Amino acid sequence: MRFSRLVAACAASVVVLGGLVACAPPEKEDSGEQTQSGVSAREATSAEDFGGLDGLIEAAKREGELNVIALPPDWANYGEIIKAFSDKYGIKVNSAQPDAASQDEINAANQQRGKSSAPDVFDLGQSVALANTDMFAPYQVSVWDDIPAAYKDPDGKWVNDYGGYMSIGFDSAKVPAVTLVDDLLKPEFRGKVALNGDPTQAGAAFSGVLMVALSQGGSADDIAPGVEFFRKLREAGNFLPVDPTPATIESGQTPVVIDWNYLNAAETKKLPSWQVFVPSDYPVAGYYYQAINKDAPHPAAARLWQEFLFSDEGQNLYAAGGVRPVRADNMLADGKLDPAVAASIPVVDGPVTVPSPEQTQKATQYLSEHWAQAIG
Amino acid sequence: MSALSLRRVRDALPLLPFLAVVVVFLLIPTVTVIVNAFVDDGGFSLARIEALFSPTALSALGKSVLLSGSTALIGAVFGAVLAWLVIDSPPESMLRRAVLSVCSVLAQFGGVALAFAFLATVGLNGVLTLWVQHLFGFNLAGSGWLYSVSGLILVYTYFQIPLMVIVFVPALEGLRDQWREAAFSLGASRWQYFREVAVPLLTPAFLGSALLLFANAFAAYATAAALVSQGSPIVPLLIRAALTSEMVLGQSGFAYALALEMIVVVAVVMIAYNALVRRTARWLR
Amino acid sequence: MSRRLLRGAAWLGFGLFFLFPLYAMADFSTRNLLAGGRTLRAWANLVVDDALYQAIVVSLALSALTVIAMLVLLVPTLIWVRLRAPWAKGLVEFLCLLPLTIPALVIVVGLRNVYLWVTYFLGESALTLTFVYIVVVLPFAYRALDAALAAIDLRTLAEAARSLGAGWTTTILRVVVPNIWPGILSAAFISIAVVLGEYTIASLSGYQTLQVEIVAIGKSDGPTSVAASLAVLVFGFALLLALSLATRGRRRRLTTGVTE
Repeated sequence: MRFSRLVAACAASVVVLGGLVACAPPEKEDSGEQTQSGVSAREATSAEDFGGLDGLIEAAKREGELNVIALPPDWANYGEIIKAFSDKYGIKVNSAQPDAASQDEINAANQQRGKSSAPDVFDLGQSVALANTDMFAPYQVSVWDDIPAAYKDPDGKWVNDYGGYMSIGFDSAKVPAVTLVDDLLKPEFRGKVALNGDPTQAGAAFSGVLMVALSQGGSADDIAPGVEFFRKLREAGNFLPVDPTPATIESGQTPVVIDWNYLNAAETKKLPSWQVFVPSDYPVAGYYYQAINKDAPHPAAARLWQEFLFSDEGQNLYAAGGVRPVRADNMLADGKLDPAVAASIPVVDGPVTVPSPEQTQKATQYLSEHWAQAIG
Repeated sequence: MSALSLRRVRDALPLLPFLAVVVVFLLIPTVTVIVNAFVDDGGFSLARIEALFSPTALSALGKSVLLSGSTALIGAVFGAVLAWLVIDSPPESMLRRAVLSVCSVLAQFGGVALAFAFLATVGLNGVLTLWVQHLFGFNLAGSGWLYSVSGLILVYTYFQIPLMVIVFVPALEGLRDQWREAAFSLGASRWQYFREVAVPLLTPAFLGSALLLFANAFAAYATAAALVSQGSPIVPLLIRAALTSEMVLGQSGFAYALALEMIVVVAVVMIAYNALVRRTARWLR
Repeated sequence: MSRRLLRGAAWLGFGLFFLFPLYAMADFSTRNLLAGGRTLRAWANLVVDDALYQAIVVSLALSALTVIAMLVLLVPTLIWVRLRAPWAKGLVEFLCLLPLTIPALVIVVGLRNVYLWVTYFLGESALTLTFVYIVVVLPFAYRALDAALAAIDLRTLAEAARSLGAGWTTTILRVVVPNIWPGILSAAFISIAVVLGEYTIASLSGYQTLQVEIVAIGKSDGPTSVAASLAVLVFGFALLLALSLATRGRRRRLTTGVTE
């Protein structure tokens, strides 16, 4: 056999073997900090394991840093929340990839496992959260009993932190007022209607299509009327396949945006003519899931962050961002919710639709088969 | 082992670092893709390949072929014209040098910058859009055509034409002046020379370059990723959606199948390209 | 006469098509979108905006590392193939041109497991992309280096050096390299261009290089991303134009050397 052929054959067999083996490298061992009661911070399931909240604060301050990911400053007032946490406890917060999506958070945790830059906490959409519960550390915050059962995992692996309603934001200076979803098909909206993302990829866009489906007679089990509406929107020339951002809204490129009500409400502060319409007959609500990374590099700080988010102070800061914090109902009853902020939470009449994971899966299946053709 | 083989092994050793890098970072990923496209849940299965025939995947393939084919054609024709213009200039002139440098930059510097160039020109707030709006009251950006396949066709030609110039200029340079002079001295008209000497010599190079343009457009990702955010109309964007979607999870298998489809299409086109180039090389020596 | 007019019109047409978007980029990047008028804020962001500045530094470092690694890997290999292992020439050429046929998108899909090992050993800095980038620039570097090596009489040079007692390192570094300098420069500059413009592998692997950052910023701040893109294009053009001028001078000097 010619020698070069031999070399090539050896290389080829090595390559095929490598491709077939395709194994992952070994996990890195690391030791967590021990707390007063002798429980490793990594395995603490409540503040008691630290000897009370003060013990937790001590342990977190010793760690000195917290890694968060995918928290844009304008989203649910996270900018203020991060600053308040950092000022209160003197812990440095490293905010990575603010524009990342939920899947990116999980990817980062996987890629950086064992590194000091790995994310400590997650804020995820429903699908990604429920698919990755084995990456979460169970932990019950001190106000655990104040959170309704429907919004938390019984083991404490995840808790809903805030939610919002799907809404249509529009610039009243550029387009007529929107009172019905069907208004969007009018000729005045030519080239003006944008959806926040692709519904086969982003949770916000998915809920947007669901809301439109409800307005057209669909339901959480039947998202087809929503897809059909967007096809009509595209045919009328009203659909704008651009990703809306605060910049595009302020510069007037996207005068109508279908997005969470808290994101649209944040725009009103910057653009006074921006109004938000939440359909009261068929509201779609979506909650985000807060969880602690099982392999968090700063486990005590991560748990303190959770305590902060669900405390009265944290929940009020959330509400200031226009979201509906998960403890809103109880806090309203107890009078702990800041009244100015409570007034900004929208009132809805009709039954609130929150799709279950099974319904979400069925609907995304339908979308992945039909969305591209409808708007392409 | 004989002395000859021993020496051969010793001679092959310094090649190891190079081979190692290529094997690990090029061949293993490729084999991973090919192998994983035929695997599902740990065993051999054609399930992922079947997914390639779903309406979404077929539609994406069709649009990719349309995009690549149309930009290859436009790029080949206009690129050939520009290449001829370049050849016509004096060999060491600044103009020729500058044009070839610009072509190198545009063809190889990746699509993100070009996407933003067109966003700045005919995007919703683009310079040309605003001018036309101001002068004629007509909204050039309209319903956001730039952010879908029609926009991609325009932006792709922006790097296809320069690529054609880079690839076709050597072929044009190989068309020796002596042949033209010989033809004229034998009484041929300009048109006859063109039709009976130049075109037959240049056709393989032209077709080969067009095929290269097709493969280039089919495999291109950066421009599309920067421009298109709604829907996944072409195969590279479908791969992106399969890898990064937060709604439809567990799609990395689909990504492998799509990547395999991509290798197959590009490999077929490149084999045809190599065959044509070898035919032309004979004349260019 | 009409031929000249036709040619002039063609040049004008191409000039407009290719130069107008570049002008539009310059205009757009200096525009104040909200208040109207001109501003240099977008260009200042290249240095002021921390994330963008870090990304620029990372990309420049990546291109430097890739060029060095590529040269260290490829130059000795090609020299060795020419001198001692001519039977491997076909194999090496095939491997070097293979990245043209395997799209970067396919490489990155299959790269995940390989990179799990790389980050295990070397950490998750974006600089680990160097290895993949070597592969990506191989075709361009190979063509430039191969052409340069073919143009000199490598065998005579190497044998002369070795017979005078030079080891391989000295031969390569002090005898061969100065003679193929235009080829090395060409390979280096094109590699820098390709690495600075690379988006596919960096973005789908989750690293924040310049192009990834430009796209991320583009969603919220159009003028800054356009300014960064224009800067990259102009930088690349300057690089390649400088290369073109440098090799012209060199070529002339080489020919005078031979006739002496």
